[in-house]
Amino acid sequence: MVVAAIAFYIFAGIAVAAAFMVIAARNPVHSVLYLILTFFSAAGLFVLMGAEFLAMILLIVYVGAVAVLFLFVVMMLDVNFASLREGFLQYLPIGALVGFVLFLEMVMVIGTWVIAPETAHLAQSPIPPLGDVTNAEAIGRVMYTQYIYFFQAAGMVLLVAMIGAIVLTLRHREGVQRQSITAQVGRRAEDALEIRKVEPGQGISEL
Amino acid sequence: MEDLLLEYLPIIIFMGISGIIGLVLLVIPYFAAPSKPDAAKLSAYECGFNAFDDARMKFDVRFYLVAILFIIFDLEVAFLFPWAVSLGDVGMLGFWSMMVFLGVLTIGFTYEWKKGALEWE
Repeated sequence: MVVAAIAFYIFAGIAVAAAFMVIAARNPVHSVLYLILTFFSAAGLFVLMGAEFLAMILLIVYVGAVAVLFLFVVMMLDVNFASLREGFLQYLPIGALVGFVLFLEMVMVIGTWVIAPETAHLAQSPIPPLGDVTNAEAIGRVMYTQYIYFFQAAGMVLLVAMIGAIVLTLRHREGVQRQSITAQVGRRAEDALEIRKVEPGQGISEL
Repeated sequence: MEDLLLEYLPIIIFMGISGIIGLVLLVIPYFAAPSKPDAAKLSAYECGFNAFDDARMKFDVRFYLVAILFIIFDLEVAFLFPWAVSLGDVGMLGFWSMMVFLGVLTIGFTYEWKKGALEWE
């Protein structure tokens, strides 16, 4: 158990340090790379809690896809980030005010938090013991039947995201020559070439 | 719980070894490699003339479209894993709920295909 504790402190320390570097790094591309490190450490923490499936999904979805998307967004913005930071001191008071208001709200929410009495035993065994079923199976047993509404809603959200991305970003340029496979395959020899008998000595005449 | 963590021990060893190799490759050149920098060697170089511009340029928004479509299908596949292992337990309701989910995303996929979002011009 000592090894697990050491691993926890290493992962947690890296996660907090990398999360700090996300906002402290000067170069936004470096910020995204630190964000990836944070995701990795969080995946390590999930593994330590026994949530293997969540850890792997975190790696596949967040590290593999979301971080790449963030990189694209950072590259696409084309903002001069050095000039963005110039007004830092000027905006510091209002930024501090907003941060303070958010902090007060967090204190009010967490300070009045009451844990429902029946969740105590749920927290002790949120999933069936690892020896019986794997994580993925435990999630699968409830997600597609008991939480079917949320599952279908997730499908709808993905559909909206897909259509929204296409509507917002898809622009067809005019005058681009594309390959039309139907026209290519549908072309016949008769449309394209003509065989003519040429008599010797006749030469070329007008068609 | 302990058994589960023991299964991850090889991964930890792997990460440790790769970290050590990376560090060693960074540190050795400080001692072993000759280093005589001058202004010409350290300057940015672009095919024989001075660099005009920052190397970071604006990406085409179409890369973003491809990436976001990739994420959506990535998530769809992520939903398939728990469904596949628990298919024996969830019964017909679980089976058809996944079929409806896939059907909804297939509508999106058809839309995407017909709009030509997958073509690169």
